Amino acid sequence: MTKLFEAPLYPYKRCADQGAGKPVRHPVIVIGAGPVGLAMAIDLAQADIPVVVLDDNEKVSTGSRAICFSKRTLEILDRLGCGDEMVRKGVVWNAGRVFFGDRQVYDFNLLPEEGHKRPAFINLQQYYCELYLVERIRALQVAGKPVELRGGNKVVGLERRDDHTALTVRTMEGDYDLEADWLIACDGAGSPARRMLGLEFQGRVFEDNFLIADVIMKADFPTERWFWFDPPFNRDQSALLHKQPDGVWRIDLQLGWHIDKEEEKKPENVIPRLKQMLGEGVDFDLEWVSVYSFQCCRMEKFRHGRVIFAGDSAHQVSPFGARGANSGFQDVDNLGWKLKLILSGKAPETLIESYDFERERAADENILQSTRSTDFITPKSEISRIFRDAVLDLSEHHAFARPMVNSGRLSVPATYDGSPLNGPDASGLPARTRPGSPPVDAPINGTWLLDAMGHDFMLLGLGIEVPPLTELLGLPVKGITLSGEEIGPDLRTRYLGEAGEAVYLIRPDQHVAARWRKLDWTEITGALSVALGREGEI
Amino acid sequence: MADIVTTANLQEPDAFYADLVAAHDGLSKDESDAYNARLILLMANQIGDHVILKKLLQEAQRTSRKA
Repeated sequence: MTKLFEAPLYPYKRCADQGAGKPVRHPVIVIGAGPVGLAMAIDLAQADIPVVVLDDNEKVSTGSRAICFSKRTLEILDRLGCGDEMVRKGVVWNAGRVFFGDRQVYDFNLLPEEGHKRPAFINLQQYYCELYLVERIRALQVAGKPVELRGGNKVVGLERRDDHTALTVRTMEGDYDLEADWLIACDGAGSPARRMLGLEFQGRVFEDNFLIADVIMKADFPTERWFWFDPPFNRDQSALLHKQPDGVWRIDLQLGWHIDKEEEKKPENVIPRLKQMLGEGVDFDLEWVSVYSFQCCRMEKFRHGRVIFAGDSAHQVSPFGARGANSGFQDVDNLGWKLKLILSGKAPETLIESYDFERERAADENILQSTRSTDFITPKSEISRIFRDAVLDLSEHHAFARPMVNSGRLSVPATYDGSPLNGPDASGLPARTRPGSPPVDAPINGTWLLDAMGHDFMLLGLGIEVPPLTELLGLPVKGITLSGEEIGPDLRTRYLGEAGEAVYLIRPDQHVAARWRKLDWTEITGALSVALGREGEI
Repeated sequence: MADIVTTANLQEPDAFYADLVAAHDGLSKDESDAYNARLILLMANQIGDHVILKKLLQEAQRTSRKA
């Protein structure tokens, strides 16, 4: 059987640009057809912004790689038109066990908060995620949307000019040149684009290696997350077992920094360890094994003029907490609407500066969380190990110690507190939905709040009537009014609290821009102007 | 704002001190360190209040001999 990730999904094809005689200029070129690059292309193409994706490869990612997709990612993928495929295929799990040394210290059930369309997270191999994104691009192409995916197109030269970037692209038929008004580098942690432009990854916090393996179990095995601290088969390190679709289990063995990667990858070294981990008598096939190195660091600036870095090319953290691909999707979510408005002349180019502020903050938050997890998993000092072990020992007996057990804090979307795009807040409304907050879903009228939002600025009137569609500052602004019994308990708790009514201005990425206790068009127009980066223009 | 108690507050200071030392009887250095860590974590959970805990951490630092 040919595995999904072995078949060329977007094979090289000659394109018109290659024989054009002079470099063809494109509004947006995306480098990298990983989850982040593909999502970026979909977001722009959906809004009729022409976009070309270049990738030196022709296939989806090899092996499972990113496997945990958070609720916010699924909500973003809903907006991009492929959330259902992800959730249908993905594994939802809530139960897990924590082991310390050679014993289980406790088990848990996450009991996720109710009243959300999407689960807190799903497990799914990265190659499925990429497959669904490529299929979505194909569907957009059929619908006449301006998006091209060029496999076997390796960017080998980049030169920044005043208002564009010049690219040299290598194919099996030779090199050709392109120009991009905007260049989005989604080419991963090793980002050749970053290197070609002479930019550095700054502030390295720590680095580590992981052996990651996909195994197929030959008998039933529980759908649980198992995490080991300092297990006998991987002393002083950690190990993780996770369920994926198709009967594939993912194993992550932390290896530390000074190791021989080739030696660790050999099946004769991997299989005995896995046997110790899964227990004798558990039959399995090894589908794929790799050693993955990471550094915890970020670029000092994610944007250099009209060259923008998104996803792992801009920031990288440890795999604990699933903050890699998930934060990449949030980068795209943040960038998409800003580029659309700038390219269509509806917002000044300075709007893009808020990407730096908002996503650099988010990266710092992810690095902080990732550093805390790593410090717990691999204590850096004698006293740190003493406390870590004490927490784990206590966790066997007492619930109070369990929230301190840190095997990774699952990615939650960043709240853009202090963002230059934030408008006024009103007192007495819940902190969870303050300006800058990511949207919080809730059931409304038999559907979901987030499904009702769309891709434009929106007014949400709770107990206050707002027009279903209006035009402000040359932009369409949709309105949703809910009142009386339409405001269920989840919506009330999340958006009103003790207040009787409120109006929310929601950004195209669904983050809260501003909110009030009454309807005031001057205020709303002012907040919209701020959210467009036009402050001071009116 | 909540403040930490630095005046005498223990009901039985001598007995508590004796119990604290006696709890370490027969323990190796490693076992004593682990015991102390568990005790600190139990006491911290009893206190709960994040501001108070921060102040206690600072106060223990401030009263170091080297300070």
